Amino acid sequence: MNGLMKHHLFWPLVVLAALLLFNLLYSPDFFQLVMRDGHLYGSLIDILNFGSPLILVAIGMTLVIATKGIDLSVGSVVAISGAMACLTISEGADQQAGGLVLTAVGMSLGLSLVLGLWNGFLVAGAGIQPIIATLILMVAGRGIAQLITGGQIITVTSPAYEYIGAGSLFALPFSIFIVIAMYIAALLLTRKTALGLFIESVGCNPKASRLAGIRSGLVTVAVYMFCGLCAGIAGLILSSNVSSADGNNAGLWYELDAILAVVIGGTSLNGGRFYLTGTLVGALIIQTLTTTIYMIGVSPEITLVVKAFVVLAVCLIQSESFRKKLVHRWKTRRYPAEREVTRHV
Amino acid sequence: MFSRKYFSILVTCALFALMFAVGSYLYTGFFSLQVILNLLIDNAFLLITAVGMTFVIISGGIDLSVGSVIALTTMISATLVQEHGWSPMAVIPLVLLMGAAFGWGMGAIIHYFQIQPFIVTLAGMFLARGLCYVISIDTITIDNAFYTAVAQTKIDLPGGSYVSINVVIALIVVALAVYLAHYTRFGRNVYAIGGSEQSALLMGLPVAQTKIGVYTLSGFCSALAGVVFTFYMLSGYGLHAVGMELDTIAAVVIGGTLLTGGVGYVMGTFFGVLIQGVIQTIISFEGTLSSWWTKIVIGLLLFMFILLQRVLSTRRSMQP
Repeated sequence: MNGLMKHHLFWPLVVLAALLLFNLLYSPDFFQLVMRDGHLYGSLIDILNFGSPLILVAIGMTLVIATKGIDLSVGSVVAISGAMACLTISEGADQQAGGLVLTAVGMSLGLSLVLGLWNGFLVAGAGIQPIIATLILMVAGRGIAQLITGGQIITVTSPAYEYIGAGSLFALPFSIFIVIAMYIAALLLTRKTALGLFIESVGCNPKASRLAGIRSGLVTVAVYMFCGLCAGIAGLILSSNVSSADGNNAGLWYELDAILAVVIGGTSLNGGRFYLTGTLVGALIIQTLTTTIYMIGVSPEITLVVKAFVVLAVCLIQSESFRKKLVHRWKTRRYPAEREVTRHV
Repeated sequence: MFSRKYFSILVTCALFALMFAVGSYLYTGFFSLQVILNLLIDNAFLLITAVGMTFVIISGGIDLSVGSVIALTTMISATLVQEHGWSPMAVIPLVLLMGAAFGWGMGAIIHYFQIQPFIVTLAGMFLARGLCYVISIDTITIDNAFYTAVAQTKIDLPGGSYVSINVVIALIVVALAVYLAHYTRFGRNVYAIGGSEQSALLMGLPVAQTKIGVYTLSGFCSALAGVVFTFYMLSGYGLHAVGMELDTIAAVVIGGTLLTGGVGYVMGTFFGVLIQGVIQTIISFEGTLSSWWTKIVIGLLLFMFILLQRVLSTRRSMQP
């Protein structure tokens, strides 16, 4: 039992279960799944569907945070990627053509990789602090996204493109399959190859890892590129879900939600060990929380206040000095004698 | 000696002069005192916030909550004045106190529980923004006599130009901040902690007091900026000043303050804010360029200055 409680997934799962339980008590049909026209409908499916971009971004962010970095530009990359894809499609002669959609997807993913490369270069090559390095793209990125869309909201009518975010496969939303694929890819890459170990070692001490023969610069750049790619795919899902690109509002606050998901999942902001599954659960918690707040009819903006307290609570639990103070107080209250002993030793 | 210490602030001043000269050359009517004063009028709140942020960044931290605190201040002022009929004389001290208390709380968490300032102020940002919406989701317009009077007062200067009361407040804040940074014990402690917290602690400097003080100051400055912003917009709204934290950080960095802490000048921040203002003015004079170019240009400037800082600091470490 004690071992179970110490498992890194224990508390996130408890929170998720508590949220789901609350929903079950509040509205019994929360778990109901309805089959209509070969599609599954229901709140759970909605959580997975609307949460998929967040999960993707959070997976990329996990790896970045594992290298002791942070990527603030993901929200902007989400906007740029969606804008790029929609622009390419809207300029094509035949918006239905599969080739055009493939080009659009390829171009925006390529662009996301380049943006990730830029971040990685600034962090690993120029040696700038990650917060600051990615801040540049966060500021400029929204501008670039609006430059691509020309300040307008580009709308496209392409069923093929729409399929990415709104289509369904085996009665489930297609976006879920994208997430599962990326998750498995990330898991295999980091757990079945030495890459995960490299990332953790770079996060603990980049200098020592370089001396140990790990090309820490390359690892860092690769991680930022992967994060860019994840954000790019998330941007495609988001923009195809609504068939339009909005340079200003797409992916707004995504960086914060993603960081929150990673932190809830148990990955420390100080780098080192990382938990992809924890992140997955963390992202689901955030999405469930949002859905719950919508459902009980509180104004959705209150989510921000709740999130603020969640971030604080999680950080306090992770903080060593907070735990020490808490444990110290608890112990001294319980065993006053122990204090005497330690004082004289 | 002189040139190295003041190099980046000189670059900032030169850049400001250059941009202003280019603007004056390209557009008729650009070269006038009123254009410079308008930079101050339109950016008074940014200037006040950036002054607070300068102290935080010099101490080696960061404060992401500034924009939200501004929004919260406008919102609380608007509700209390409009819907509860409070006197502005009571409301303004109250919101200033709340801003300072908010900053104090974040500073205490950062220091005593040793959580990264980035994440604590991020939570503060969520919290303040969320509290705005708890108060109201809509805009609250202020038609209180005092607020409108302050907003419309123009202080005439010789030569037919004018400034607003906001500018006077902002300039007083800058002057006080320069004094605080360079002529008081608190200012020296901030620089010392930014240079090396460990050494500051070993030297017996009051690290806890200073660190918490810095965030309290930043919270107070944001609240004051919020009051100024209320005068400027005459409304309270939860979406006011979205993304301001980035503009503020950009202004501080462009002003030559090192993000690693320990180095920076309040006057540099002053010019950093003016540079952002000039970019906006040039873009509005150009007319054909859209507003998003502001973001791209600021991003580019940020990049240039960070790179410059990087080069300067590596050179410094190579020649001890």
